[in-house]
Amino acid sequence: MSNQGVDAGRRRFLTLTTGVVGGAGAAAAAWPFLASLKPSERAKALGAPVVQDISQLEPGQRLTLAWRGKPVWVVRRTPEMIATLDQVTPDLRDPESQEPQQPTYAQNEARAIKPELLIMVGSCTHLGCSPTFRPDHPAPEIHSNWQGGFFCPCHGSMFDLAGRVYKGVPAPLNLVVPPHRYENDTTVVIGEDPAGAA
Amino acid sequence: MAIVPNPHKTTGFLGWIDDRFPLTKMWKDHVSEYYAPKNFNFWYFFGSLAMLVLVNQLLTGIFLTMHYKPAAADAWASVEYIMRDVPFGNIIRYLHSTGASAFFVVVFLHMYRGLLYGSYKKPRELIWIFGALIFLVLMAEAFAGYVLPWGQMSYWGAQVIISLFGAIPVIGPDLVVWIQGDYIPSDATLNRLFSLHVIALPFVLVGLVVAHLMALHEVGSNNPDGIDIKKKKDENGKPLDGIAFHPYYTVKDIFGVGVFLIFFLGVVFFAPDGGGYFLEKPNFIPADPLVTPEHITPAWYFGAFYAMLRAVPSKLGGVLVMGGAVVILFAVPWLDRSKVRSIRYKGMLSKIALTLFTISFILLTYYGLQPPTELGTLISRVGTIIYFAFFLLMPFYTAMEKTKPEPERVTG
Repeated sequence: MSNQGVDAGRRRFLTLTTGVVGGAGAAAAAWPFLASLKPSERAKALGAPVVQDISQLEPGQRLTLAWRGKPVWVVRRTPEMIATLDQVTPDLRDPESQEPQQPTYAQNEARAIKPELLIMVGSCTHLGCSPTFRPDHPAPEIHSNWQGGFFCPCHGSMFDLAGRVYKGVPAPLNLVVPPHRYENDTTVVIGEDPAGAA
Repeated sequence: MAIVPNPHKTTGFLGWIDDRFPLTKMWKDHVSEYYAPKNFNFWYFFGSLAMLVLVNQLLTGIFLTMHYKPAAADAWASVEYIMRDVPFGNIIRYLHSTGASAFFVVVFLHMYRGLLYGSYKKPRELIWIFGALIFLVLMAEAFAGYVLPWGQMSYWGAQVIISLFGAIPVIGPDLVVWIQGDYIPSDATLNRLFSLHVIALPFVLVGLVVAHLMALHEVGSNNPDGIDIKKKKDENGKPLDGIAFHPYYTVKDIFGVGVFLIFFLGVVFFAPDGGGYFLEKPNFIPADPLVTPEHITPAWYFGAFYAMLRAVPSKLGGVLVMGGAVVILFAVPWLDRSKVRSIRYKGMLSKIALTLFTISFILLTYYGLQPPTELGTLISRVGTIIYFAFFLLMPFYTAMEKTKPEPERVTG
């Protein structure tokens, strides 16, 4: 085949532009396939935020509700309970909540937006068992410095009243604080960040 | 170069075909006149056995798919239906489940043969790379298949393996949701793993096996002496140390198949759960997203990699080390700087390194399947260091050691 009379620059330009347009087309064609793998509308509906009225929750009480197939606890902590958070810090693995187990707006000592209201996913960070609520103290059979908290019956992991993990237990991390916001003083929405927070 | 139809000038019906399709040419090029070194030993059974197991997996898989239902609500019951109600369904399933473990047995031994005799060295780098890709796809295929019965170990195995992607900074958590198609492993996850297991990955696997064999037949097989048999040819241009693949190696491989089937079918018929290693006990309980099994172990063939994951006291670090343990295989052809291919003629350092590597891999596999203990973690850490040192120090110990002279012709 003769290449006489061929404008090489023009051919290169056309090959390149055709390649770019074709590549963009291929990328665009791939998009629906990749996007189809995202959670479906049904899965999103089942994983939708949960709205809960907490006006009936008494101090010291715990409420358990289900969000995305997992138990979520709401505990209205008493001032005495909040005061215990300081007393256990030497026994904790991550008292400052350095690990990203909570949204940034809950990265404080109480691990909460409002110190009196603890909102937490009730699955042990070890293997996903649900720890039991043990506000009673002292409880030497659990820990010499037990000020109340959550105790996992599966493998003995211990968490304080802010879900912070004790040292020397199988669970590596503090319990997870889910994204949540308060619609008003008595209604909490679990699964959504507060307006303006990431 | 023009393609000449029917180069072997066959006539009759075969000639009619050969004028239109290279049947005789392919048979001669790849089978009856493919010259393989005459000194193949025990280690050379495992390539053909891997092919046999692949065929077993494809055939039994086709029949299992006719009875299995890929939905979280039905999967468990459909597997029980296969086991109890489908005529010979239990045998077909056990052939498939035992085949998965047998696949890894023969592939591990096949890869080890490559390390022993330097089968990855120039000009066989691409054979090794296609092989490493096959290993990678095989691991994905095995994982997806393990999830399908939707038992406790299926479910929690999926949870642990998919959450590994969550260790990737920034995009990790969203990536996990995208892979699962839900916020927890669910029906969507099972359904897509089924699609990958029966369509996408088998296609890729068979394609890679074809590429692996084409690359092999392009350059010819290595042998236990690691020397090039094409250097010494007779007057017809046939290697003096080569023998035709058919009938010599077809017969040898069929003998290997016979011995293999005694062991394989022995497991299928008499110990189909492989002592709790081929089918783990928690997988005889239906998946329950609210109850985690006491002790989560991977399938035995992932034990070494799981031990490495646990040995690193950081989630991202562990994932990187585990991934690196597989990825580093791709670099082996360029890490080995030795003048000789075979371990027979390499120096003492290579022999010590390979021995330590072998021991560390076995120990890692063992401790990857045990509940975590302090001793186990310590041994896993040492094993992980040895595993990586074997590869990363290879450029040094293979270059500095004194090798033995290679023979001119293959030995026994």
